[in-house]
Amino acid sequence: MGEKADVWQGTLALMVLKTLESMGSLHGYGIARRIEQTSGDVLSLNYGTLYPALLKLEQEGAIVSEWGVSENNRKAKFYKLTRVGRKQLERETSNWEQTTAILARFLGGTEDPA
Amino acid sequence: MKRLRAALRRLVGMFSAGRREQEFASEIEGHLQMHIEDNVRAGMTQEDARRDALLKLGGLEQTRQAYRERGTAPFFETLWQDLRFALRQLGKNPGFTITAVLMLSLGIAASVAIFAFVDAALLRPLPYPNPEGLADVTESAALFPRSNLSYPDYFDWKRMNRSFRSLDAYEGTGYLLSTPSGVEPVAGERVTDGFFHTLGVAPLLGRDFYAGEDLLSAPRTVMLSYSTWQKRFGGRKDIVGQAVSLSGTPYTIVGVMPDSFEFAPHNNAEFWTTMHAGSANECDLRRSCHGMYGVARLKDGVSVAAALADMKAIAEQLERQYPDSNRGQSAVVQPLSELIVGDIRPILLLLLAGAGLLLLIACVNVASLLLVRSESRRREIAVRGALGASPLRLARQFVTEGVLLVFGSSLLGLVCAVFASQALLRLIPFDMLRHMPYLRGLGLNFHVACFALAIAALAAVIFSLTPIVRLSFDEMREGLTEGSRGSAGVLWRRIGANLTVLELAIAVVLLVGAGLLGKSFYHLLHVDLNFQPDHLATLSVSLPDKTYPKEEQIVVARRQLLDRIAALPGVVAVATTSQLPASSNGNTDWIRFVGREYNGKHNEVNERDITANFFSTVKTRLIRGRFFTPDEDGTKPRVVIINQAFVRLYFPNQDPLGARIGDTALSPKSIREIVGVVDDLREASLDQPILPAIYAPADQSPDTYFNVIVRTSQDEKTLLPTIVAAVHEFDPGIGVPDESTILEHINDSQTAYLHRSSAWLVGGFAVMALLLGMIGLYGVIAYSVSQRTREIGVRMALGAQREMVQRMVLKEGGRLAMAGIALGLVCSLAATLLLRSVLFGAQRWDVETLGGVALLLAAAALLASYIPARRAASINPVEALRAE
Repeated sequence: MGEKADVWQGTLALMVLKTLESMGSLHGYGIARRIEQTSGDVLSLNYGTLYPALLKLEQEGAIVSEWGVSENNRKAKFYKLTRVGRKQLERETSNWEQTTAILARFLGGTEDPA
Repeated sequence: MKRLRAALRRLVGMFSAGRREQEFASEIEGHLQMHIEDNVRAGMTQEDARRDALLKLGGLEQTRQAYRERGTAPFFETLWQDLRFALRQLGKNPGFTITAVLMLSLGIAASVAIFAFVDAALLRPLPYPNPEGLADVTESAALFPRSNLSYPDYFDWKRMNRSFRSLDAYEGTGYLLSTPSGVEPVAGERVTDGFFHTLGVAPLLGRDFYAGEDLLSAPRTVMLSYSTWQKRFGGRKDIVGQAVSLSGTPYTIVGVMPDSFEFAPHNNAEFWTTMHAGSANECDLRRSCHGMYGVARLKDGVSVAAALADMKAIAEQLERQYPDSNRGQSAVVQPLSELIVGDIRPILLLLLAGAGLLLLIACVNVASLLLVRSESRRREIAVRGALGASPLRLARQFVTEGVLLVFGSSLLGLVCAVFASQALLRLIPFDMLRHMPYLRGLGLNFHVACFALAIAALAAVIFSLTPIVRLSFDEMREGLTEGSRGSAGVLWRRIGANLTVLELAIAVVLLVGAGLLGKSFYHLLHVDLNFQPDHLATLSVSLPDKTYPKEEQIVVARRQLLDRIAALPGVVAVATTSQLPASSNGNTDWIRFVGREYNGKHNEVNERDITANFFSTVKTRLIRGRFFTPDEDGTKPRVVIINQAFVRLYFPNQDPLGARIGDTALSPKSIREIVGVVDDLREASLDQPILPAIYAPADQSPDTYFNVIVRTSQDEKTLLPTIVAAVHEFDPGIGVPDESTILEHINDSQTAYLHRSSAWLVGGFAVMALLLGMIGLYGVIAYSVSQRTREIGVRMALGAQREMVQRMVLKEGGRLAMAGIALGLVCSLAATLLLRSVLFGAQRWDVETLGGVALLLAAAALLASYIPARRAASINPVEALRAE
C-alpha cells in the first residue's frame, strides 16, 4: 500500500451525494467501496465514519433510506437522493469548484517566478 | 431550515433510540458480511477477512458510539441522565428532600399568596377604563382632612374648574322597598347625571342617565345594580321602562348596570337614583350641609397635583364669597385608587415584606442544607472528577439538582398559594369584602405567575451556585484524601454559621414585627370606650316618611316603639341615638357660644341626638349636671349634654353648666343650654381621637331614621329576632336594617379587622420563621458535632467531663444565637420604620417586645442546640476514636 490521503472534513457528505447521484440507490458498504474506487484507491476512507454522515444527511432530508436486498442476497439499507439532496449537491459542487479554482490560481501564481 | 429540521429529528430521535440502534446493528451486520464475502472472494481466509473488515470499519464500538451521538441530541441526552441521577439522589435522601421541598414551598406559597393580594389591590385596583385619570374630589376641613362635599359647592366646583373633563357627585342613601315579604330597607345611591359616564361604565341594559336628568324638574329615574336585577326582578329583559316604588316615590327604571360594575366606596347600593337635589331634604341646598363626595375624570395632561391647586384656589374664592358657610373649607383631590386602597396598602406591603423575609429564611435554610450535603458528596465529586468528568459537567449536575428541587417546590408552593389565597379571602367578612371589589378577580393570573417564576429563578440560581462555589474544583484532589476533611469542615462551619446568624436575625425582625402588631391590636381592643359594650343589641329603624310626615308623629311613634321593646322579656333598657357609638367621627355641628366673642372660625363638634336614658343604657358616667328627662321634647327649652373633651377644649377650669351655645349665626332656634357633662363616650372608630361632642334630646329634633340600642340580660344576639318582630308588629311598614350587636360592630369594624388580620398573619409568618430558624441552628450544631466526633472523643479520652462537652456545644449554639439576636434587634429597629403607620399605641422601640423576642429566641436556640449537645456528651470516646 502506498501513501493514502485522508478524507477532508466536510467533503465526505459531498462525495456521498455525488455517488448516490451517479449510482441511484445504494447501500452503505456500496457507497464506501464506490468512493474508494472513484478516488482510484488513493483515499483512505474509514468506513465507520460513513454511517453518522449518512444519518446526518438523512436527518437533513437530503437522502432517504429503505430496507432492501443486496446483489448477493444480503439484507441491507439502501439510500437514495431526494430533491433537497440534489439541490444541495448542485450548490456544494459549484461552491467546491469555485474554491478549488481560486486555490489553483493562487497556488499556480506563487509557483510562477515571473 | 436544514439545521432546524435535523435538530428536530435528533430530538425526536431521543425517544426511538432503541429501535434505531437495533436497525443500525443489522445494517452494520450486513455491511460486515458483504465486506467479508468480498474479501474472501479476493482470496483471504475467513478469519483475515473478518479482521480486515472490522479494521476498515474503524472499530465496531466506536462506530456505534458515533452513530448514537449523531442520532440523538447529546445535550438533552445528558440532561435526561442528570435528571434521572438527580431524582435518584433526592430519592435516596428523603429526609433532606422532604425538608428542603417543604421549607421552600412554604416560603414560595406565603409570598405568592400575599403577592396575589398585592397584585389585586395595588396593581389593578379600579375596574374602570383608564383608571389613572380618575380622581376623588371632595372638601377638606381642619378636623376631617377628607370630608363631605355640599351640593352648592359641588355645583360651583363643576362650573369653575379647569382641570376636569367631568366632575360628578354621589351620596349613599337608603330606601324602603315594598316586597312580597314586607317592607325591606335597601341601600341606594344618589348620583349626578354624568356619574357612570365619568367612571367610563355603560349600562348592560337600557340607557345611561341623560344630561340634566338629575335636576328637580326631570322625572325620577333609577338604574339597577346587576345583582338587584337578578334577585328582585328575576333578570327580566323587559324591566327597562317599568316603575318601582322607593320609599313611596315612583321611579322609572332606565337601565341595569353590568355584573362587572363595582363602586368600592358604596358597593352595596342596589338602586342608583339621580340626585334631584332639594327634593329629599333641605340639606342639599344648604352650603354648610355636607353629605356628598365627588369623582372626576382629569383632562388629558392635567396631573392630580395641578387639579388640587386648581380646586384649592376655587375653594378659597368660595371662602371669600361665602365666609359664613365656607370658612376653613378647602379641597382635596387624590387618585381614586388612593381612596379605595389607601388604607390597606401599608398593611399589604407589610405582609409582603413579611412573606419575603420568610422566603429568605427558607432559602437560606435550604442553601445550608445543600452545603451539608455537598460536604458529604465531596468524595463522590472527587471520584467523578478523577474519572474524567469535566468541571463543567460536574457543575451541570448541581444546576440540574438545584433546578429540579426548585421546580418541585415551586409547583407545590404554587398550588398551596392558590389554596392559601382563597382561604385568606374566605376569612374576610362579607361586608368587608364588599368594599374590596378589586379582590374579586384574585387568583393565579399573569402577574402572579411572573412573580412566582422570578422567585423560582432566583432560588434556582442560589441553589445551583451554593454547592458549586462550595466545591471549588481545584480542591478536588484533596477530596480523595481522608485527612483534608478537618479543614474543609471548618470552612463550611464558618459559612453555615454565618447563614444561621442571618436566619436568626430575620426571625427576630419578624417576631418583633408580630409582637408590635399584636401589641397594637391589644391596645386597640382596650382603648377606653367609656361605655359597656357587652349585652348590647342594636338595630336601625327607618320610619316611612309618608306615614310619619310630622315631627310630633315621629316622637309618639318612637315612644310607643321603645315602650314595646322595653316590655320584652330579657330587655333591661332601651334607648336610641342618631349614630352608633364606636363607628366614626362626623355628623358634626358648628357651634358658637352666647356671650363670647366670635372670630368666625368653625368650632366643629360631633352632634348626636339621643333619648333620655341613652347614657344609662350604654353605661356612660355622668360627670356633672343631669341627664335628659323623658319629657324633654320640642315644647321644652332646648338643652344639650357635652363630653369632657368639650369641657377641656372650650371650658378649661370653668363650669360649663348653664352656658349657652348656638349655630354660627346664633339664630334663636339654635340656642341651647348645657345641662350636663358626661365621660368621653367613644364615638369614633377605635384608632381615632376623641372629639368634643354635644348630645341633644332626640325629641327636640326628631328624625325618621335612628339607631336603637337594647341592653339585655341574656345573650344579646338571641334577642334580636324578637325585637325585630316587635317593631314589625307595631308597624309592618318600618324598615329595620343593620341588626347586630355592639361587640360585633366593634370587632368587625375595618380598623379592628385590619389590625387583627395583620397581627395574625405576621404572627404566623414569625412563628414559621422561628421554626425554620431553629431547624437551621439545629442543623449547623448537629453537623458541627458530627464533624467533631473525633475531637470530642480525644477530649473525653483525655479526661473531659460529659458536662464540659455539653457546655462546649451549647456555647457554640449560644454564640450564634447571641449574634443573630443582636443583629436582628438592630435590623428590626430599622425595619419597623415600615410599621409606623400601622402601629397603634405601641412604639417602634417597645422595650417589652424587643426584650420578649430576645428571650424567646434565646430559649428556642437553647432548645435547638440542646439535642446535639446531648448527643455530643453521650459520645463513647473508644468508638469515636476507632471509627475514624
